[in-house]
Amino acid sequence: MTIKLGLPSKGRLMEQTFDWFAARGVQMRRTGSEREYAGAVEGAAGVSLVLLSAGEIPRELATGRIHLGVTGTDLVREKIAGWAARVEEITPLGFGFADLVLAVPAAWVDVDTLDDLDAAAAAFRARHGHRLRIATKYHRLVRDYLRAHGVADYQLVDSQGATEGTVANETAEAIADITSSGETLRANHLKVLGDGPVLRSQATLFRARDADWSGTKARNFRALMKTLGLPPG
Amino acid sequence: MVSAARLAERAEAERLLAVFTAAGAVQVEADLLQPAGTLLDLYGEDIRARAYTTRDPVRGEMMLRPDFTVPVVQMHMAEGAEPARYAYAGPVFRMQEEESDRACEYMQVGYEVFDGADPAAADAEVFALFAETLAPLGLTASTGDIGVLTAAVAGLSTTARRKAALMRHIWRPRRFRALLDRFGGRSAPPATRTALLAAAEEVGAEALIAAAGPVIGLRGSEEIAARIEALRADAAEPPVPEAERDVIERILALRGTMDEALRALETLAAGMPALTPALDRLAARRDALAARGVAAGALGFEASYGRTALEYYDGFVFGFGGNGTGRAPVATGGRYDALTRVLGQGREIQAVGGVIRPAEVLEAGR
Repeated sequence: MTIKLGLPSKGRLMEQTFDWFAARGVQMRRTGSEREYAGAVEGAAGVSLVLLSAGEIPRELATGRIHLGVTGTDLVREKIAGWAARVEEITPLGFGFADLVLAVPAAWVDVDTLDDLDAAAAAFRARHGHRLRIATKYHRLVRDYLRAHGVADYQLVDSQGATEGTVANETAEAIADITSSGETLRANHLKVLGDGPVLRSQATLFRARDADWSGTKARNFRALMKTLGLPPG
Repeated sequence: MVSAARLAERAEAERLLAVFTAAGAVQVEADLLQPAGTLLDLYGEDIRARAYTTRDPVRGEMMLRPDFTVPVVQMHMAEGAEPARYAYAGPVFRMQEEESDRACEYMQVGYEVFDGADPAAADAEVFALFAETLAPLGLTASTGDIGVLTAAVAGLSTTARRKAALMRHIWRPRRFRALLDRFGGRSAPPATRTALLAAAEEVGAEALIAAAGPVIGLRGSEEIAARIEALRADAAEPPVPEAERDVIERILALRGTMDEALRALETLAAGMPALTPALDRLAARRDALAARGVAAGALGFEASYGRTALEYYDGFVFGFGGNGTGRAPVATGGRYDALTRVLGQGREIQAVGGVIRPAEVLEAGR
């Protein structure tokens, strides 16, 4: 009975994840052709590799179709309602750093904090007749964050790409997006609010609480943790 | 939920609806699908975490009815004549992200009164009807009055702008507290604000904005300059006096019986006369409740009760059951004049009402 480990299927995130496991004695590799998402594991008994888009790994963890998975904390918290009850963070992996930040036009010299944003939103709504629009694809994270901080009179508008351009295009007044360096924000005349990010994200190894852990699977999991030098969970 | 429980819930809803129509209410219905725009304008994005959203290719975003209040108010304002009493029964839908064992679909039976002749009497009518209907369950009733807190805010000797900011966040305790601390001088303004005002003083707001980057988006430079001016004016204002902040603190902490609350508020009103009208309304309601046979003086009263619920109750609020049991309240209600003001675009009507959850009645009666 093998446990299924879901890893990102392409790009730098896949390479860094493979490197992280290899450094701890578990070799991962893709098998078959370049286009085929199949993989093999050496150095850990009873573990099979499932290659998935990083964005799908949270859903597979939540339903328990995979036992373990590597993806960003941002995606887990955005996509899984009540995430802490469904998955367990085993360990952060030390790469794939990205902050989810709120950004407003740099010309808004009067807005540096959430307190300012809230006041600006109230005045904006009174003047323009609609709520201040924030473009994002992280609806749950941003809404929870703004509610916890008591910000009102805003609305979220969905943006699945080129989010930094929405302000200049007048489809939003502010944005909430993942940034690693902030260069794209500056190039689009935006600045990050000073209260700190909505979320600091990095690639993390997760365990699915609702997966089938019966039979030898629990033992395979403990053996893998030992190989990786992690506490046995 | 299994069909036997659903059938029992439906039968109980019918029984309660019959009680409300026998009390003189006209039965009304509302669409299951409500336009999302109205609800979003009223409650903001928070409603998305609580209501199911769906799309209609022609009508746009729609929500599965999270409650009846909004459609009933709209119906009354469009075609109703005062005084009016309405009753309804039907399913409502609430998304439950955190407490996933709570029902996301359940029946609600409601009673709403639109009668401005005697607000205290209308409050008492609704509460007494609910108390009598639920009497066999032996539930504890809680009451409150958001109007006491809003009266205290209105009574502060500070600027209209500060009062408006506090009023806007009456239903968001954390931001309300942060604003009160700032206006009271208990917390320093953020360093970025102090720096901004110093820079604006030196070079002027327009130059400051121009130096920061191109003005992109709908919020124009005159809006930015207007807020800088507002911040400058506010920085020159003296803090809200400590005695007045203390009144707000005492109101936030006020809990006891209705008679104890009345006595405490009398003491507070001596120092802040603006509280007197709210105090008078509370006393009139107490008397109206007593006239209906409710042991009003001994009723539990909490000035902050209902403050974290959806922001539409702005006066009398009440609830039956639910406290400390981990279950949803059996019934909740209150006065929502402010909601009618928003929906009526300036036109305001006096409205008070409440809802019972038949499933919780059955559970409590077990």
